[in-house]
Amino acid sequence: MAHYETQTRTLISAAQLSRPRAKAFYWIVLAIFIPLFAAIFIFPLYWMATGGLKSAQEVIQSPPTWFPRALHWSNYVDAWNHLRLSRLLLNTTIYAGGALAFQLVFDVAAAYALSKLRPVFGNVILFMMLATLMIPATVLALPTFLTVFNLPIVHVNLTNSPWAIWLPSVANGFNIFLLKRFFDSIPEELLAAAAIDGAGPLRALWSIVLPISRPILGVVSIFAVVAVWKDFLWPLLVLNNPAKQTVNIGLYELQQGAPQDVFTAALFISSIPMIVFFLIFQRNIMGGLTAGGLKG
Amino acid sequence: MATINVSHARSIDLRTDRARRRRAPLASRLRRHAIGYLFLAGAVICFGFFSWWPIIRELIMSFQKTNFAGDTTWVGMKNFTRIRHDPEFWTAWRASIEFSLLALVFGYAVPFIAAVVLNEIRHARSYFRLLVYLPVMMPPAAAAFLWKWFYDPGDGLFNTVLRDLHLPTSQWLQSTNTAMISLVLFSTWINMGSGTLIYLAALQNIPGELYEAAEIEGAGLFRKLWHVTIPQTRLILSLLLMLQIVATMQVFLEPFILSGGGPEGKTTTVVYLIYEYAFHFNNYGSAAALGFVLLVILAGFGGAYLWLSRRGDEA
Repeated sequence: MAHYETQTRTLISAAQLSRPRAKAFYWIVLAIFIPLFAAIFIFPLYWMATGGLKSAQEVIQSPPTWFPRALHWSNYVDAWNHLRLSRLLLNTTIYAGGALAFQLVFDVAAAYALSKLRPVFGNVILFMMLATLMIPATVLALPTFLTVFNLPIVHVNLTNSPWAIWLPSVANGFNIFLLKRFFDSIPEELLAAAAIDGAGPLRALWSIVLPISRPILGVVSIFAVVAVWKDFLWPLLVLNNPAKQTVNIGLYELQQGAPQDVFTAALFISSIPMIVFFLIFQRNIMGGLTAGGLKG
Repeated sequence: MATINVSHARSIDLRTDRARRRRAPLASRLRRHAIGYLFLAGAVICFGFFSWWPIIRELIMSFQKTNFAGDTTWVGMKNFTRIRHDPEFWTAWRASIEFSLLALVFGYAVPFIAAVVLNEIRHARSYFRLLVYLPVMMPPAAAAFLWKWFYDPGDGLFNTVLRDLHLPTSQWLQSTNTAMISLVLFSTWINMGSGTLIYLAALQNIPGELYEAAEIEGAGLFRKLWHVTIPQTRLILSLLLMLQIVATMQVFLEPFILSGGGPEGKTTTVVYLIYEYAFHFNNYGSAAALGFVLLVILAGFGGAYLWLSRRGDEA
């Protein structure tokens, strides 16, 4: 998605902008927007980071101080150990990693079958998978929760186990849609050639389809990880054991008992992993936003 | 040249192979279907347990009286009549609709305006794009608790700044007048990154000649915006409009963390009420019935959008 780097012709032409008055106006707008964006989007992070460094009295005093008077690093240590932030972050990472793995294996295999192997009634299955996109997820939370609590046929209870996050994450119609559409664009001849060379469907998927599909696999992976980190209602229902909770649910439960200074440190710590993840994968993440056929 | 010859030979080869496959014996065709189903199995099982069956179960439960132990009786339409006579039913719908409408004014307009402005800015482009997306990547609970603290009428940051500027302060989440708008402001802040970046990509795809043509006809800034920018981004604008309405009608986290559904139940939205029915009152029947009503409305809305946009394509 390098195209946003290139200069395209926009509302205001370069010629218009080169007039002295327009130029002055442009620089004024820029001078307003740069600090405005910092105030709106960076300052809250600053407030969390410094709030976590203030003493218990300073953090709740009115009016608040803009800089901590003394740096109380111990708040961060307390948040990490006593508020079991380390546990919550580890849990969420395991859930996100597992959800990613299961989605990559099951959804890629399914989309490949629907696109290239096309078994009988494949279209019916595809339609049923895509139809779930029309169903509001929050409405299904209750019946899915009751299903996870006592899985039909096998009668096991998945609550408070990673499976309660991993397996439902596979039932994602959007993944199927994205992957199948991408696989459809891979020429049939390529696979037929592999078949002549004696490659079975699994070999063809592994050595031909997957290497070509790296961009879409990246998009699906990022969606999978971000979804687990951001989800709230579902983990709230299925993970009530404090030792098993995600960051979001842990923070919600901690908020009653914890002192404001340590809790603010906890808020900041819990925000760091995803922001680091974002800074590393920013190009893929921003590019992935338009991958969902949103180009119209 | 050699490569062309090879590929030519291959394509002939393929043709005979296809012909062979068309006449493939039953056994090998069955094998192909069986392998296809093997590849589908994992996803189909997950969809079955965690999507298809819950959809059916939602429907069944809305006509049942049931509890956690699994004792069930059929009660016909009773769940629907009961929730209809619950005064909270109507306030919850009003709260969800109010949230959606306010989110249209802010959450829908702000990213588009931001994208149009950012698209004109020739400097610090990655700075703006990076910053606007930061909140999207925060754990929503962490962001919500931070904002709850900002909104505190006493020592909160917002009132402190307002006091310093000698402006009137607000009760924010604690007043029935401003609670909903406070939720929408937070929601706009945390979500606007996605919309802004999607619009920016769409704006980049507008052919520059259209603006030049408009200028030759003497169009000013706002005429260009109205006659070029908006029509050229119409599809993406309408798609995000539909997605946003469906999403905001399901708002849960904002009232749950920021306002606890209060004050005076003003911000108890439909999904919040479903949660209350199910997990505070253990009344799964009412929860399922209310969920079913929401499902029908939102699926109907999405279906109508698809139908209209398809018809628009044909016309």
